[in-house]
Formats: sequence, C-alpha cells, structure tokens
Amino acid sequence: MKAEAIKDRRKAAMSVLAHAPAVDIAARLQPMALPAHEELRAPENGLVMVRGRIGGDGAPFNLGEATVSRAAVRLASGEVGFGYVLGRDSEKARLIALCDALIQADSHGDAVEMQVVFPLRQRMLASREQKAREAAATKVEFYTMVRGEG
Amino acid sequence: MYVAVKGGERAIENAHRLLAHERRGDRDVPEISLAQVAEQLGLAVDRVMGEGSLYDRELAALAIKQARGDLIEAIFLVRAFRATLPRFGVTEPVDTGQMRVQRRVSSTFKDIPGGQVLGPTFDYTHRLLDPQLVHGIEPAPPAVGEASDASTPRVTDILGRDGLIEPSPQAQADADVGDLTREPLGFPAERDLRLQNLARGDEGFLLALGYSTQRGYGRNHPFAGEIRFGEVEVEFMAEEVGFAVPLGSIELTECQMVNQFKGSATEAPCFTRGYGLAFGQSERKTMSMALVDRALRARELGEDVLAPAQDEEFVMSHSDNVQATGFVEHLKLPHYVDFQSELGLLRKLRKEFEEANAAPSLQEAAE
Repeated sequence: MKAEAIKDRRKAAMSVLAHAPAVDIAARLQPMALPAHEELRAPENGLVMVRGRIGGDGAPFNLGEATVSRAAVRLASGEVGFGYVLGRDSEKARLIALCDALIQADSHGDAVEMQVVFPLRQRMLASREQKAREAAATKVEFYTMVRGEG
Repeated sequence: MYVAVKGGERAIENAHRLLAHERRGDRDVPEISLAQVAEQLGLAVDRVMGEGSLYDRELAALAIKQARGDLIEAIFLVRAFRATLPRFGVTEPVDTGQMRVQRRVSSTFKDIPGGQVLGPTFDYTHRLLDPQLVHGIEPAPPAVGEASDASTPRVTDILGRDGLIEPSPQAQADADVGDLTREPLGFPAERDLRLQNLARGDEGFLLALGYSTQRGYGRNHPFAGEIRFGEVEVEFMAEEVGFAVPLGSIELTECQMVNQFKGSATEAPCFTRGYGLAFGQSERKTMSMALVDRALRARELGEDVLAPAQDEEFVMSHSDNVQATGFVEHLKLPHYVDFQSELGLLRKLRKEFEEANAAPSLQEAAE
C-alpha cells in the first residue's frame, strides 16, 4: 500500500475506533493472532483545548477543554501506532494505538480493517442512522390552510 | 501582629462528615449513580461541562453528585480538576456546518434547506407537571422518519450569498488565538477572548444581560437566525502522528443571531451578527451568549456604549461564576481581625460624636 493510502486508512480507522467502547474493540481483537508488541508510551490522560470559529466559519476561538487519553504502541517489527481519544479511558487509547500499529503492518493491516474496523464502522453508522431518523420524525412539514371560499 | 487562632480542625472534620451524611440522604432511598445523573439529568451535566469549561460527561456527573446538585459548586469542582491535567494542545477548529443535527430551527426563514428539525425540545410543551413521572413510566420509543443526506447549510451562509449579512471575521495570518486560561484578562479584549469568556460564563448572568438588551439597554434588534444542536467531530493535530487525529465527537449547541443592519456611504447596509456556542444542549445559554456577543461589538460597530451589556470590562469581569462565588462567599470566612479594627474605629468615632454633642448641653447648663 502507498503511504498516502495507509495514512487515509489509519485516519478512517481512528475515527471509527474513537466512537467504539473499549470492550468492543478488545472483543474484536481477541480472536486475532497478534504479533509481539510493547507500550512505547504508557497511556496518559490530559486535556485538549477545543476550538470553535467566530460565526461558525470565521477566525478560531477557544471554546473550552476536553479530556483526552493517549498511548503509543510499537510492534516487534517496528511499526509505531498512536491512540488519541476523548475521555479518560486509557485502555481504549492503548487498544487504538495497537490497532493503528497493526494497520501499518503488511501482515495485519487487512485483517484489522476487516475484522475490527469494518464491523465497528457498520455499528456506528447504524446508530447514527437511527438518531438521524429519530430527528427526521420531528421535522416540520408546513402546509397552508385555505379559509373561506376562494 | 498576627495571632493564629486554632481549634477548628475537629469541627471542620465533623462538619465534612455531616455533609457526606446529608449528601447521601435517607439511606432507605437507593444511592444515585453517575450513569443516572449523566443519562437522566443530562442538561445539568451539559451546563456543568460548559461553565466548568471541560467536556467530560462522567466527571461532570460526579461533580453534580458530590455537590449535592449545587451546579456552581459542581462547576468549581470541575475547574479545580482540570488544573490537575497536562494540556496536550489545541484541536482543529470544529466545523459546525458538518454537525449531525439533532435539532435545528430558524425563526427567520420557514423553508430553510434541510428543514426545521425540532428534535428533543421543551418548546411547545404546556409546562404542566407530569403526574406520570411521579412513579416513573416507560416512554414510547421515538418515532422515526426518513433521514435525508441533504446538507443543512447555516442560515447565515444563505444570507451571506447575497451579501445581506456581514461575513464572519477571518483569522489574521499568524495571529495568536487569545486564551484567558493562560494570560490574565486585559482590555480592550478582542472577540476571540470575549467569546471564550462568554462560553464559560454563568448562564444566569448572560441570560439577564441578554434580556436587558431586549428591554432597551443596548437594543440590537435580534432574530434567532438559527439554533442547531448535535454532534461534531473533533480532530487534533498530533505532530508525532503526522496528521489530524480524529478524537471522537462532542455535542454542541450553536446560535446565530441576526441583528439590525449597519452601513455607510461606502458600504451597502447589511445585517450584523452575534454568535453563541456551548458544550451539550444549551440553548438558553447560546442564545444569551449571542445577544451579549453582539452587544459587546458596540465599539467595533461604532455604536455608543451606554448599557451594561455593551461594556466588555463589566461583562467579562463578572461573568465567571467561580470567581464571583469565590469573592462573594469568602465573606463568610473568618474576618475577626479586620472586624476588630473596624470596631475599634467605630467606637472612636462614636466617642467623638458623643463628646461633640455633649458639649453644647454642658454649655447650656452653665448659662
């Protein structure tokens, strides 16, 4: 895979994994034969300052902070993966970092995509679809009442 | 001379023990869980996250439980917690145009692209207490409709296409974004700092100020151009990773206020804007924020600064409820020595007063 394609795949995977509970990521990884790996950086909790834009589309401003957990994992074959996720779930950050490292390894990239990311993405999309349908039911359908005789 | 007075330790310890007991309440009633607070008192959690200036539902729920439902105390607890964590950096600015909208209404256009989506709202309820909730009921599952892929452009973007509304100010190249958690407030303050201050400001204070502009103290003829609530993605540019990392989603409420127009000999008149943005579903807060943001632009728009809501030093110095409660509530802490000196001064003044008044009567007696 080309470097650009791997980057896209890593980012797409992170956007799915960040929305999945840690236990679900762990359950999907569990049946896979994982290569030897180590924590390059122990999971750590901290903050990011979330920025908005003036008027929604103008210059940035600081809205407020959010908690973030992060971790880094290195496979024995050398690939380094990173996990960054909102909240304080350090196990989740570690699992995301592990997935990110595996995605970069030729031996595991496709398997992680198919067995971990793909099913979790389907579930995430289904839950978003459900919320969108619930909101859609509250959409106002205007109609005009005609009074008297035209 | 400084005289230390000791002896409060035992009383303080027992007072905190009593507080924990009262917090728990009747032990025959099941203890409330953080999940219950987060799920069933969600708007209180949103307020604590917004004014605590920290997005973390579980921590906000814990703070509310610990504070016995005193939201300003809970906000104080959250602010204190945030000081214990390192900051990894700043996120990419969130794109509210890409929000997964749960609610989106406009009071200016009936037929907006994407439609008027009411979402979960108290609007149009009769505000009658619901006896069904006394013992709890299982509500019907929500109705579902046909979700469309159509985008929901901002109402301000639609007005902006025809030049009917001023554009948002764009970032100056290499201009720093002000951060009042890092540098002390200085005046005049630019709009980025003002919005940060308002975003963490007390909802009640901003509500009252926003209301005051409607009643004529800095009137700016507002229309709620659009209010939207839903989830947005957050990305963080992590240098070590080499690209903007998706961190997950947060819920935000955004209010675009459309206000009376301005123009000049060289510029065609157009509507002006006020902006509100807050964590969670915080509609009253963002509407108030947008009203006050617009009022605080008086200087920039060449309006006379006459009303409290237009005075940035007044607004920004008093909007923070943690600072405000700290200064108001410190009055109940021991001021024994201060008070003794005041008492001494008062006695002296009274003595002088009595002597001055006694003098004429002595004189009278002598005559």
